[in-house]
Amino acid sequence: MTAISMPAPDQEVIARRREILSALQAIVPGEGVVHDEREMRAYETDGLTAYRQLPLIVVLPETVEQVSRVLKYCHQNNVKVVPRGAGTSLSGGALPLEDGVLMSMMKFNRVLDIDYDNRAVVVQPGVTNLGITRAVEHEGFYYAPDPSSQIACSIGGNIAENSGGVHCLKYGLTTNNVLGLEMVLITGEVIRLGGKHLDSEGYDLLALMTGSEGLLGVVTEVTVRILQKPETARAVLIGFPTSEDGGRCVADVIAAGIIPGGMEMMDRPAIHAAEDFVNAGYPLDVEALLIVELDGPEREVDFLIDRVEAIGRANKATHCRVSQSEEERMTFWAGRKAAFPAVGRISPDYLCMDGTIPRRELPRVLARMRELSEKHGLRCANVFHAGDGNLHPLILYDANKPGELDAAEAFGADILRLCVEVGGVLTGEHGVGIEKRDLMTDMFSEEDLKQQQRVKCAFDDKHLLNPGKVFPVLHRCAELGKMHVHKGQLPFPDIPRF
Amino acid sequence: MDATLKPRDTRDVAEAVAWAAAEEQPLEIVGHGSKRGLGRPVQAAHVLDLSDLSGVVTYEPAELVLTVKAGTPLEAVEKLVAENNQELSFEPPNLTQLIGGRGASDENGAARTAGTVGGILAANLSGPRRLKAGAARDHILGMEAVSGRGEVFNSGGKVVKNVTGYDLPRALCGSYGTLAVATTVTLKVNPRPEACQSLVFSGLSDHDAVRLLCQAMGSSAEVSGAAHLPEGREGEGPGTLLRVEGFSTSVDYRIGQLESLLGEFGTPERLDDTDSQNLWQQVRDAKPVARDETPVWRISVAPTAGPEVLAALRNQFDLSAFYDWSGGLVWLSCLDGEIHDEEIRAAVAASEGGHATLMRADASVRSAVDVFQPQPAPLVALSRRLKQQFDPKAVLNPGRMVRGE
Ligand SMILES: Cc1cc2nc3c(=O)[nH]c(=O)nc-3n(C[C@H](O)[C@H](O)[C@H](O)COP(=O)(O)OP(=O)(O)OC[C@H]3O[C@@H](n4cnc5c(N)ncnc54)[C@H](O)[C@@H]3O)c2cc1C
Repeated sequence: MTAISMPAPDQEVIARRREILSALQAIVPGEGVVHDEREMRAYETDGLTAYRQLPLIVVLPETVEQVSRVLKYCHQNNVKVVPRGAGTSLSGGALPLEDGVLMSMMKFNRVLDIDYDNRAVVVQPGVTNLGITRAVEHEGFYYAPDPSSQIACSIGGNIAENSGGVHCLKYGLTTNNVLGLEMVLITGEVIRLGGKHLDSEGYDLLALMTGSEGLLGVVTEVTVRILQKPETARAVLIGFPTSEDGGRCVADVIAAGIIPGGMEMMDRPAIHAAEDFVNAGYPLDVEALLIVELDGPEREVDFLIDRVEAIGRANKATHCRVSQSEEERMTFWAGRKAAFPAVGRISPDYLCMDGTIPRRELPRVLARMRELSEKHGLRCANVFHAGDGNLHPLILYDANKPGELDAAEAFGADILRLCVEVGGVLTGEHGVGIEKRDLMTDMFSEEDLKQQQRVKCAFDDKHLLNPGKVFPVLHRCAELGKMHVHKGQLPFPDIPRF
Repeated sequence: MDATLKPRDTRDVAEAVAWAAAEEQPLEIVGHGSKRGLGRPVQAAHVLDLSDLSGVVTYEPAELVLTVKAGTPLEAVEKLVAENNQELSFEPPNLTQLIGGRGASDENGAARTAGTVGGILAANLSGPRRLKAGAARDHILGMEAVSGRGEVFNSGGKVVKNVTGYDLPRALCGSYGTLAVATTVTLKVNPRPEACQSLVFSGLSDHDAVRLLCQAMGSSAEVSGAAHLPEGREGEGPGTLLRVEGFSTSVDYRIGQLESLLGEFGTPERLDDTDSQNLWQQVRDAKPVARDETPVWRISVAPTAGPEVLAALRNQFDLSAFYDWSGGLVWLSCLDGEIHDEEIRAAVAASEGGHATLMRADASVRSAVDVFQPQPAPLVALSRRLKQQFDPKAVLNPGRMVRGE
């Protein structure tokens, strides 16, 4: 069994399975309730495949009213609920609970409104990320945040994870591109936030919901901002003899006032794996490879490509190639985009980590990672969103070899602790889920975590929505609400006042 | 006993709030007081003055990250980042002329009227570039704060990409100091555009103007300002403004692109960098409605709804107004001196959704009417529960957002 444990299932709830099943069937008819073990297998894991658990029951509602009634029932009957989108979470966010209902939102798959004048699209949460772009691209528009999983992942999941992508450096994360949403609380209440207008009054619950990992509410509708596609895009491949040189180049590009559409880096093992897999034409004699993409009007792109090339050369680049056609640009990206499956080819299993560091720490972090790789006896390949310091070390292991998963997890935890130690964070875009849950105390104090859990209490005071994720220790809300009051007169004689 | 407490550091803040919570003595949280005229008047006997919590903690231009104490003057921050060819892209407005406010002065006696970093975040105020670059809340990365429980907590981080835990720093923006007192904030900064040009189209009706603005925003020209002044800059008649920023070769090109795209709306005047900056500063600071003492509203709706909302209101009372954010932000001055809250709320309700904020009115008026958009019951209840979790004794800025809370 693996290292991260989930809260002990409530046997009393499991014993009520039949009763819960018929209650759900009364709300969601027909095939909307799945309870056959074989069919439920499809839901037993997400993108963090090392963890598997069959849910109590799977429910696939189709209307907001059904969502609301299911949640209300679960709330009244103390049944846990795990929301799920496409199940591509890499942090185990959608891992089912043995004593919990798994609520799949994938039947909410309609685009509801496309409004080009206001540059807004309203969709149901089960629409895929790419599905939004597909719906508007004939008019030249697109939805900017582009996780590599965009063909599969749902916009609801993107909201829950505040997902990013290659273009987030310039265009922002999910949170910067969402205008509004509708959600259902665990009590069944329906809440609408934002809309096609900008900003909202009252507390910014949209900000809280985005990145809340399914712990605060179930998203039933999303309004996003769409943008007109840039006139053109070109990419340049720059190879460096050391990762220090590559890191310095990234800093210099930004110092020159350039925010590229994308700026990705790969280390030697990742370059080799990708090149072997897709023949992108990557140089094999470099330690670090940068892909810098510039987008905008042709004239701007040409001008900036020259500048980036010059910055690369000034930083000892040994290899520099500019894409001459759209096809060549796509080839440059093909290697980077296939980095995960490419690594999957050279290793039976891999873990994808997701820490962020201040960019200046890159050489130090890479050096320490090499040491850690030796310590744990496992290989590691690195791809990262260099522009924003978001690392994706891929730890190679073989789950069939005893102890290797444990070693890989220990290696991953060491990397994330290292990220925090150098001033970074545990996760840049994949979420805490169960994967990084127990490391939260390395980044946050007890009080920091308690205040976050108090937020949870405002939304779900019985801890029924997706419990066991994000927080290492679950405190009861009553306990979190207690205040230690020290009565006295104005106690700080030394605070200046007038 | 009315006291003004001037904490020197986070510990002092925590001590002051803990005392306030224990004694159930509400505090008014103040930076420079430049935005005291915004929102509802606070009912508190004591003042927590954060102006001494000032200074840069770390600034790393190459990382695009700036950490400052919350009471740092906004002008000082903007000057510092400008020296490094960077900016706060949300274009923080300076609303002094509109709402008054005391402000402060720097060590040389120069007026600092834009308030503090903490203040601009607490009110989540953003300028014209909001529609391209995001709001104030889109530029916060991390925060150290003291909850109404008197406890210090950290959230977010000091890197530009982070999803570790709930996004409390962002959620605390726009909370007007009613959930927690920010003591240190980390912001994302961006390179300052090398060049800036604007186009001014003349003589368009509100409806055509907003059609133009939406068309421009829907192009690939990366427009960073889209406003319409029905009365023009100096009363010379309607002017519709577009701004383009970036590298100069690119700006020239995109300006040309817009001119040909928008040919049907006439031939625009081009404004160079300096004129452009001045003009957009007027828009940013709501100068067209800032004169006089009339009540002023700020309405945010979907851009295409802007002219409809305004047309409905023009039929009911005498007003002066202009549009920003592609038509979606309407600044409106009630020329007859009345508040007209009912008419305005009804017009917003008839649109696809949005909100209206009473930005200028006497304190007595602001305590009597809803300054902020009233919310549906489930949202009110949820917000109240959130408040309770941060500030159970309701000692932070009571009444600022919601009457009696
Ligand atoms: C090959 C691969 C590449 C990836 N690349 C990227 C990348 O580049 N950038 C990136 O950020 N991520 C990436 N991911 C991670 C993942 O795709 C994202 O986190 C994605 O947003 C998850 O969406 P989903 O629909 O699959 O959600 P799920 O995995 O089903 O769920 C994720 C979380 O969201 C919650 N949730 C889902 N739907 C709802 C809803 N409607 N309401 C409330 N909560 C909900 C779940 O409870 C869970 O906590 C990648 C994953 C894979 C497998």
